[in-house]
Amino acid sequence: MDYNTKFTPQTWPEHAEQATLEGKNKFVGFWLFLACEIVLFASLFATYLALKNKGPAGMEFTTQELYELPLAFGMTMILLTSSLTSVYAMYHMKNYNFKGVQLWMFITVLLGASFLALEVYEFNHYVGLGFTFGSSAFASAFYTLVGTHGFHVSVGLVWITALILRNAKRGLSLYNAPKYFVASLYWHFIDVVWVFIFTVVYLMGVVG
Amino acid sequence: MMKGLKKWGLFSLLAAMMVFLSGCGEEFISALKPAGEVAREQYNLLMLAITIMTIVVVVVTVIYLIAFFKFRRSKVGEDVIPKQVEGSHKLEIIWTVIPIILLLILAVPTVMTTYKLGDVAAMDEVDEDGNPVALTVDVTAKLYWWEFSYPKYDIVTAQELVVPTGEKVYFNLKAADVKHSFWVPAIGGKMDTNVDNLNKFYLVFDKESEDLKDGVFYGKCAELCGPSHALMDFKVKSVSPENFDKWVAAMQATEGQTADPESTDLGEATFAQSCIGCHAVSAVGAPVSLQQNPGPNLTTFGDRNRTAGFMDHTEEALQQWIKDPEKYKPGNLMTGKYQVTDEEIEALASYIMGLSVEEK
Amino acid sequence: MSSSVKKKGFGATVWDYLTTVDHKKIAVMYLLGGTLFFVIAGLEAVLMRIQLMYPENDFVSAGTFNQLLTMHGTTMLFLAAMPLLFAFMNMIVPLQIGARDVAFPFLNSLGFWLFFLGGLFLHLSFFMGGAPDAGWTSYASLSLYSPGHGVDFYVLGLQVSGAGTLISGINFLVTIINMRAPGMTFMRMPLFTWTTFVTSALILFGFPPLTAGLILLLFDRMFSAKFFDVMYGGNTIIWEHLFWIFGHPEVYILVLPAFGLFSEIIPTFSRKRLFGYSSMVFATILIGFLGFMVWAHHMFTVGLGPTANAIFAVATMAIAVPTGMKVFNWLLTVWGGSIKVTTPMLYALGFIPSFVAGGVTGIMQATAPLDYQLHDSYFIVAHFHYVIVGGIVLGLLGSTHFYWPLFFNRMLNETLGKITFWIFFIGFHMTFFLQHFLGLMGMPRRVFTYMPDQGWDLFNFISTIGAFLMSAGVILLVLNVIITAIKGEPAGNDPWGDTRTLEWAIPQPIPFYNFRQTPLVRGLDPYWIEKQEGNKEGMVYAEPLGDIHMPNNSIVPFVMSLGLFIASFGALYSPLGVADDSRTWAIPVLVIGLVITFGSMIYRSLKDDHGYYVTVAEIEALEEELYGKKGGNK
Repeated sequence: MDYNTKFTPQTWPEHAEQATLEGKNKFVGFWLFLACEIVLFASLFATYLALKNKGPAGMEFTTQELYELPLAFGMTMILLTSSLTSVYAMYHMKNYNFKGVQLWMFITVLLGASFLALEVYEFNHYVGLGFTFGSSAFASAFYTLVGTHGFHVSVGLVWITALILRNAKRGLSLYNAPKYFVASLYWHFIDVVWVFIFTVVYLMGVVG
Repeated sequence: MMKGLKKWGLFSLLAAMMVFLSGCGEEFISALKPAGEVAREQYNLLMLAITIMTIVVVVVTVIYLIAFFKFRRSKVGEDVIPKQVEGSHKLEIIWTVIPIILLLILAVPTVMTTYKLGDVAAMDEVDEDGNPVALTVDVTAKLYWWEFSYPKYDIVTAQELVVPTGEKVYFNLKAADVKHSFWVPAIGGKMDTNVDNLNKFYLVFDKESEDLKDGVFYGKCAELCGPSHALMDFKVKSVSPENFDKWVAAMQATEGQTADPESTDLGEATFAQSCIGCHAVSAVGAPVSLQQNPGPNLTTFGDRNRTAGFMDHTEEALQQWIKDPEKYKPGNLMTGKYQVTDEEIEALASYIMGLSVEEK
Repeated sequence: MSSSVKKKGFGATVWDYLTTVDHKKIAVMYLLGGTLFFVIAGLEAVLMRIQLMYPENDFVSAGTFNQLLTMHGTTMLFLAAMPLLFAFMNMIVPLQIGARDVAFPFLNSLGFWLFFLGGLFLHLSFFMGGAPDAGWTSYASLSLYSPGHGVDFYVLGLQVSGAGTLISGINFLVTIINMRAPGMTFMRMPLFTWTTFVTSALILFGFPPLTAGLILLLFDRMFSAKFFDVMYGGNTIIWEHLFWIFGHPEVYILVLPAFGLFSEIIPTFSRKRLFGYSSMVFATILIGFLGFMVWAHHMFTVGLGPTANAIFAVATMAIAVPTGMKVFNWLLTVWGGSIKVTTPMLYALGFIPSFVAGGVTGIMQATAPLDYQLHDSYFIVAHFHYVIVGGIVLGLLGSTHFYWPLFFNRMLNETLGKITFWIFFIGFHMTFFLQHFLGLMGMPRRVFTYMPDQGWDLFNFISTIGAFLMSAGVILLVLNVIITAIKGEPAGNDPWGDTRTLEWAIPQPIPFYNFRQTPLVRGLDPYWIEKQEGNKEGMVYAEPLGDIHMPNNSIVPFVMSLGLFIASFGALYSPLGVADDSRTWAIPVLVIGLVITFGSMIYRSLKDDHGYYVTVAEIEALEEELYGKKGGNK
């Protein structure tokens, strides 16, 4: 099977993303990449926990006073939903329904963008309060952890948008199936990281 | 053959090492000549470790040499294809189990000593009046010099630590600027002075330092801390408990001592004008580190062994130091903080040399 | 398009190397780049030894000395040892497992250019206001205090080259998992492939903590964050933990491939299969695993408390067991064999006792209370040089002789090689053996000078003479390379005669697609098996001769790396935290660099790259040109 083979829903392979050697490499390689991303985020989480609420003498910001749980909860819901929509996209890819893939990926991008907008609003709000990046070790750790996640979201948005546009007129093939699959994998990963951020940063910050 | 000789040379060298080790280095600075309980514990561990390691090295060397000489191609024949052995479970078990046993022999005393040397509970013990029982010295490491304060006696000194023999002396270690590490090799291993937290440990000084070559033990900074890291030396004077009490009393008696700007002595007047902002000449009071713009306390300068921690303890050396500290200790924080003439430097040096609490 | 085009001009050759994705050419570039940095870092070491030859010497100033010691350590580990090992991995691993290239040839090229430009950036610091001077560990309080841009160069240079290493690590993992030839099961993989596999896994889990640590330091120094600023609630111990969670596995990242290389050399010249192959594999994995459990043994004196110290002490001792297994397996491989003392074998024979010496001093340092004395003294300097020079550098030098014919189809001069070995080997022990005693006698490490009459003068002098001998050895090796390049004869296939693994079965010079047909592996040491059965071809094939799919060359990896190189200057001169606005130009530079990098990434993802096919006719034409007769193999 090579890239130029034309498929019907009947001939479309069960695991299209791994049907070629390149696809298989991409699949394994991307899982390994996610493994190293996990270690990266673990390091940032550890740093955050070590520096939580640490600041100069008389710092007025603590997690309890700063965080707004409803906002963080809303962001969590949006990102969780976007993870679900990317699953729908993969479901349609399995059935060789390209329109479905594009549509659900597009919805995923919309949800991701609104998540990002809320995050920008949140950061902007905190900065307005005087909780700036350089104001304390706590602030640096918070913005670095959550900001790194936000950066990953932005990269994901650009990436998926590029995929949607580039393949708009081509339909599914064994060449782009692994690309869609890996992008959706990445999106799930971002979502999982956010679940941890929501728990460790926001929930444990407000409740703990 | 050449190679073989070399290997046997290495082997006998190891055997001779045990003897060699015990006679190695200078008494005032070598970890191989322990002069205190902590260093001795560490030395004993060193000997145990070396013994075990030598056994390992000897076994490996013997197998290695026999294999090498027995199975040279010139011996076994050019065209021989040796039997392709896959491995041996029996051998593999042997060389897994034996090292584990050897390591256990080392691990047990390691863990015990670790806990023993880490035990600083006695620091918090107080007598009926609430005074601490043990002697604790607060060590503050600063860019290229050391401050030692004795909270129990409310006195402070710098660069030269004075301690009594025969008792556990506890240390609170901290750095004021960047990380350093406090090390007196002949007395015991090092501990870092962090900027983040207080580290605690103890040392024991067995004998008086008077009989040593310079009359002091050498102390070093062991953590890279900038250009003059190599010059961040200090000295330790260990004295008998009686002499220590005398010294403490003499130090306490310097309370209120200061330099008089109206003094007829040019040195003292200059000191009062240009130096006293950073350098105290009284050992009593809050540690200088808490005041603004601190420098080493100079109350005992005349009793010291070195100028600036490593230069000769002479007026000439002191004059050179005052004239251009940057030349001798690059990166120090004293450079450029004062302006004095050559004449004043000469007077200053003689004044500072005269600061003393010991009877001559 | 194919790299078989002959007789190219200079410009075309440069273009070819800038754009190549061929693992063999990338290996040559790693070899050259690594050697360049090895020589620079070696020179720095010699300058330091000259300074320490006499007490109170003033050959270099205190500040310069700190720059030298920082750059020596950083360069040797990140820019010399690792790239040189990558050179061998790139060259050998695909050939050993019967693959036509690595899994991601594009990323392979990207990894190289990131490493090289990152290293170049770091070294530009010498000409732009001074090199980093806080030690290769750059402990946070000192690295924040350090004035000038030295430490910024360290942070950014390592960030860029570290990204390259990470990419290469993932690449090798996928290559080994997915690209093995039919019959090459995991338990038939040559040991060098195995150690590459485990090393890549260590890179995968070890480098992200360093990346995280460097991000924190970068933000602190350039964007006014407060991670390590105690006044603002920061904590410098975080850096120490992150650095050593990376730093300890790093030691195994380097030494495991060296073990692998020796595990190829020793069986070859003992004419005997590796003793206890499966226990060697097991030991490799175990060392890799334990390597992550022991980082705090670098921090015994930091004040973590007796419980932490005791746990990490015992965990560290445990590593001696699998390492000992390896040593005994090598000894038993030699035992009962037929030893031919060639230059590579000489290096292997020198390696065993040297490395054992480095190993046992490691156990001494694992003894936590004893380490209170040894830590940050010259003892530790002696210890890790015994491991790094006695293990890794001897491995690299030996493999250079061993694999030179595979790289360049030439043999290095054997006599000169043996002389080189002896000079280097004697110099090495002379330099470092006595340093153990210097440490025990109270000499701290990283000192730019020392006072006379502390009992250290003679040993320091001898140590410096040893360093001169080591340099003489390296110079001889370079001479050997030059002589070989001028006068060498083609080495041909299997020049050592007793080689065992697949990489030696390929005809020389190796065609750009490696294997005309994918080989079928019938057991451990496939080439040995075929030779024993009298198969003149050297391998049996798993497929008929057919069109070969190959990846396209691309300049994008270079451009992508160049973008980060440019962006690094923008970040270095970040105007944040600077009072006046003299540095506003830096932000556009940062943005332009990042736009170039991300732009190339988008370009790469939008432009389809299907690779191309080499037809049977082209293969036959090429082989006729290379080997004279049609379809021939010898």
